[in-house]
Formats: sequence, structure tokens, C-alpha cells
Amino acid sequence: MRVLICIKRVPAPGARINLTADGQAVDTTNLGFTMSPHEECALEAGLALVETHGGSATALTVGRPEAEEQLRYAASLGVTSVVLVPTDGNDWDPQRTARAITGAVEHLEAGADGSFDLIIFGNESADSGGFQVGVRVARALDRPVVTGAKGLTVDEDVASIRREIDGVQEVYELPLPAVVGVKEGINLPRYPTMKGRLTSRKATVDAINATGEAGGQAMVTLLSPPEVASHLVVLGDGVTAAPAVVDVLDELGLL
Amino acid sequence: MTVLALIEHDRGRLVPAALESLTFGRQLADRIGTELEAVTIGSTADGLAAHLGEFGAATVHQAHHELLADFSADGWADSVVTLIGTGNPHAVVASGTDRGNEVLAHVAARLDAPFVANVLPTGLETGADRNSPWHLTRVRWGGSLHERAVLHADVKLMTAALHRVDAERADTPGPATPAPFLPVLEERAAITIVRDRVERTAGVTLATASVVVGGGRGVGSPEGFAPLEDLAQLLGGVVGCSRAVTNNGWRNHTDQVGQTGTRISADVYFACGISGAIQHWVGASGAKCIIAINTDPGANIVTKADYAVIGDLHEVVPAIADEIRRRRD
Ligand SMILES: Cc1cc2nc3c(=O)[nH]c(=O)nc-3n(C[C@H](O)[C@H](O)[C@H](O)COP(=O)(O)OP(=O)(O)OC[C@H]3O[C@@H](n4cnc5c(N)ncnc54)[C@H](O)[C@@H]3O)c2cc1C
Ligand SMILES: Nc1ncnc2c1ncn2[C@@H]1O[C@H](COP(=O)(O)O)[C@@H](O)[C@H]1O
Repeated sequence: MRVLICIKRVPAPGARINLTADGQAVDTTNLGFTMSPHEECALEAGLALVETHGGSATALTVGRPEAEEQLRYAASLGVTSVVLVPTDGNDWDPQRTARAITGAVEHLEAGADGSFDLIIFGNESADSGGFQVGVRVARALDRPVVTGAKGLTVDEDVASIRREIDGVQEVYELPLPAVVGVKEGINLPRYPTMKGRLTSRKATVDAINATGEAGGQAMVTLLSPPEVASHLVVLGDGVTAAPAVVDVLDELGLL
Repeated sequence: MTVLALIEHDRGRLVPAALESLTFGRQLADRIGTELEAVTIGSTADGLAAHLGEFGAATVHQAHHELLADFSADGWADSVVTLIGTGNPHAVVASGTDRGNEVLAHVAARLDAPFVANVLPTGLETGADRNSPWHLTRVRWGGSLHERAVLHADVKLMTAALHRVDAERADTPGPATPAPFLPVLEERAAITIVRDRVERTAGVTLATASVVVGGGRGVGSPEGFAPLEDLAQLLGGVVGCSRAVTNNGWRNHTDQVGQTGTRISADVYFACGISGAIQHWVGASGAKCIIAINTDPGANIVTKADYAVIGDLHEVVPAIADEIRRRRD
């Protein structure tokens, strides 16, 4: 089974998100980088499928050359090949991102290893949260797609996908090749092993040039939402604060 | 030309967010001086028409097709695309839920048009004529950041960010003329259908519980959650947790509060041993009252909370439970 997982490099903010002076980006001076938890689970899902069914897993990102860091992380987990579609630096709109991924997939599938049986996306990217890149790629490649997956198994050439929405559990069955968007909670992502970390340093990052025009949605600027004023009341230290806490619960009518 | 609101429902049961997005659509229609129309998909939703009229829908298009008994992203998108073809709306609005975002992504992919997810009701500039670009504000990072964006498109496709618009009845409710139609479904709609479906009888859920007792890395172990369970039970609530907890395998992801977990709407949220990272905060901040219990007075959750207790949660949480029992006796 041949699996592709699409991941996006994003900053990992802590207590708050600071912006650059021009409002065009998150100020990453003191930040590390990561990917969406949904994509960490997408990686885990892809690796688990390859462990069960044999084959290979490839990770792909559209981003600045620094996104190699996330690709090497994927390699340290066991992904066999990693692909970077380099961008000019600015974040691309969802249509352009989808076109770039579609172009890269077509390029990769024209090679000796053939088509991907499954392309796995996160449900949404952590930073921009457009909820669409996977669906667009599926459409462009004329493959069926289901997002929000909380369960994924493959039997012969059918992928079974389980998802939950508002207390309703739905099961879908997609003939392969197919596309799926997964949500955190579908699995518990593994951590890299020491050996994995070492081999990932030597992994070759294949570069594929992007194709495709910009789409109809463009970012003008980022804005920090208005801060909610804090009305902190410290109720005390340690167990001596318990009566004060219960007074609050009483006031709220919860006793 | 109209604004078309896609009404989210499950087998005819209206999803609350649908009325938010319908109200969002009505505000949009008023702004550009056009009519508000709605579309429901599947005959199970036919009974909703009169109610949608109260919220200002002049016409309720009703897609009828044997493949539309259950939700289907492809079938729903095909139905919306059929209506775009016949009615040529200015804009299509859906709810910023998983299904709403999914269906509009499918619509956008079919039209090769842009789609803006999770738009705020404020800051909309719609331009003078049909071809003018629109300016709008959308949420990113699960709501902890906003983005000003410009949208160039023939049909503006967007979802309304959740809980940013109050569902309000129209001053002059429309008659809501039902307009059944047969959507043109692609072959795909017969493949990507729901094969099996289980409805869970939801008791108190994390999203709706009035009390949530949340634990973070500071809880230290799966067993460490026992006093939190106890406190939650005393107050008729449920236990929540941070991603550090789910990542460690201490609790199931269904308990996770935050950007990639659940957004809570509790009356009280106890945040025990949780630092209050922005991705956790966006899930917790829907609570009306936040009580932080943390050994670190400088923790972000402490500075943002309504109330704080500085101390070891392993001592403080049982002491609160004891005090509740004492007063109830
Ligand atoms: C894209 C993205 C999405 C994310 N989504 C989510 C999400 O949905 N939900 C989520 O929670 N996180 C999410 N995260 C992770 C988030 O950034 C934090 O890493 C996480 O919330 C930290 O969990 P924590 O507060 O339990 O742990 P820590 O940050 O380690 O904090 C532990 C806290 O416990 C306190 N403490 C320690 N011992 C005690 C004690 N004995 N008594 C009292 N207090 C004690 C410490 O002072 C500290 O404040 C996401 C991250 C990213 C990048
Ligand atoms: N720049 C990118 N490179 C690779 N994959 C991406 C990129 N942007 C988005 N994706 C994938 O598409 C999913 C949905 O993204 P979005 O539509 O931005 O919410 C993400 O979870 C990723 O799997």
C-alpha cells in the first residue's frame, strides 16, 4: 500500500500569539515550529497502515525550505520518503496550496512507484484552518474523500472511515484510491526513536516545483482579537482556600 | 440575486448553529439589499420551512433525492451547486461546523472558487456591485487570531464562525415558500454515502456540561484524576483535560478541551494543573466562570481566570470536595 501524508509547518505559540509589526505574520522570534495535531495523527495513521499492509509512506509539505524540519520529523517516525514543494515565503491561499499539492502528486505518481492508494490530510491546518485543502486535492484528482475521520481501516481495496458528529457516528466505505482528512483522537501518535532521529538527519528531501496560480482569497493582515479584561480574584493558598471556592459555587447556585 | 443559507440538520433535526448562520445570511442580505433564501437537503427536513421563515427566509429550497436520506457531503454539495446554477446567488452561507465547512469546501472545489471558512459578522465590506471584491474578517488558530481577507469571486462562499452571531427571528418574517427541487447528483454521491450510523444517547457531554473539572500535566498520572472525577460527580459535571494529558495516554481524546478538542460552555470550569496555552484557552474560554488551581501564580491560566487557588491540586481538589460534602450534610 502506498500512502501520502500532507503536513504543514506552523509556529507553536504558547500563552498568546504575537504578531510582527507589519501584521503579516506571527512573530516567531521565540517560538518553535510544529504541525497541526490532526496532521500528527495523519502521520500515525499512515505509518500504522503501512505496518499492517506493507508498502511505503511519503510525507509532503508545501512551504518554505525551513519546513524540512517537519519533514525530517516525519522521517524520524518512519516515513520512507519526504517531499518539499518550496514556496516563495508567504503563506499561500487554499486554492494555490491545493493546486501545488495536486501537481506534486501527479508528478510523484508518474514515477516508478505509481499511484498512492491513500492520501491523508489533517482535518484542518492549525494556523489558517481553511477546512478545504484535502477536499480540493481529492476533487482535482477525481478521488472520493471523507474528512473528520476518527477511525480508519483498509480491507483489500476499500477504506472504512468512521467519524462522529454531534453524537452521531457515521461509517463510510471508500474504494481506493481515496483521500481522507483525519482528526486528533483517531490514534495516539508515536514519538521518534533515537535511531529514527539519526536516520532522519540523512534523509533526502526531494523537491518538486509548484504549479498553479493563486486563488480568489487573499490575506490582507492578521489581527489580534480584543483582549478580555481579567477580573482575577485569588481565593487563597492551598487547602485553606476550599471554603472560599465553595462560596463561589454556592453563589453560582451549584450546590 | 440572493443570499442562500445552507441549513444544517441531521435527519430533520435542526443543528443550533444553522439558525446562527441563517441570521448571519439575513444580515448579509439586508446589507446588500437582496432576499434571503434557504436550502434544506433531504425530505426529512421539509418540516423546517415554516421555522426558517420566522428567521427571514423568503423561499426554502428543498432538495429531494433518494440518496439524500442521510447527510452526504457530496450529495449536499451537488444540491447547492444545482441551486447556484439555477438561482445565481450572490453568496452562500453555511454554519462553521465540521459539516458546514466540509460541504462548502466541496462546493468550492466543484466550482474551482474560493471558500472562506469561519467568517465573523463584523468588518464585512461587500462592495457596490456583484463583481466587487469583498473584505471580511475570519478566525484562525481556533479563534485566537483574526485575519482580514479580501475575496474575489462570482459567488461568495463562506461559513459563519460559531457562536459569533445570535440567532434572531426576523422583524418581518417571510412566508417561507417551500420550493422542492431535484438536485443533479454526480455518480460519486452514491459512493460516499453513510453506510452505517449509530446515534449515541448523549448524557452529559463535555460540550454541554454545566460543570467541567479539567486536569492537565500537573495531575501527573491517570490515577491522579480520581479526585477530579469525584468533584465532577458531586457537581453533576464531567472531567476534561489538556492535550498534554491525552498525548501521555492518561485520558481519552474525547475529554480534551481546546482547539483540536472540545469547546466547552460550562457555568464553571476548574482548570487544575493546566498552564493555559492559547490552544487550550480557546476551548475553555466559553465557560462563564473559570477557577484555576495551580502551583504557579504566574501561569497564564491563573492570570486569565476569574478565580485562582495557588497550591497543589492533589490537596486542593479533595479539600473542595470535602467542603461541599460538609455543607450539604
Ligand atoms: C496546533 C495546536 C493545537 C493544540 N490544541 C490543543 C488543545 O486542543 N487542547 C490543549 O489542551 N492543548 C492543545 N495544544 C497544546 C498546548 O499548546 C499545550 O502544550 C498544552 O495545553 C499544555 O498542557 P498542560 O497545560 O496540561 O501542560 P503544561 O503546559 O506543562 O502545564 C502544566 C501546569 O500544571 C501546573 N502544575 C504542575 N504540578 C501541579 C500541581 N501539583 N498542582 C497544581 N498545578 C500544578 C504547572 O504550574 C503548569 O502550569 C495544541 C498545540 C498546538 C500547537
Ligand atoms: N502548505 C501545506 N502543505 C502540505 N499540506 C497542507 C498545507 N496546507 C494545508 N495542508 C493539508 O491540508 C489540511 C487542511 O488544511 P486547511 O484547508 O488549511 O485547513 C491540513 O491539515 C494539511 O494536511
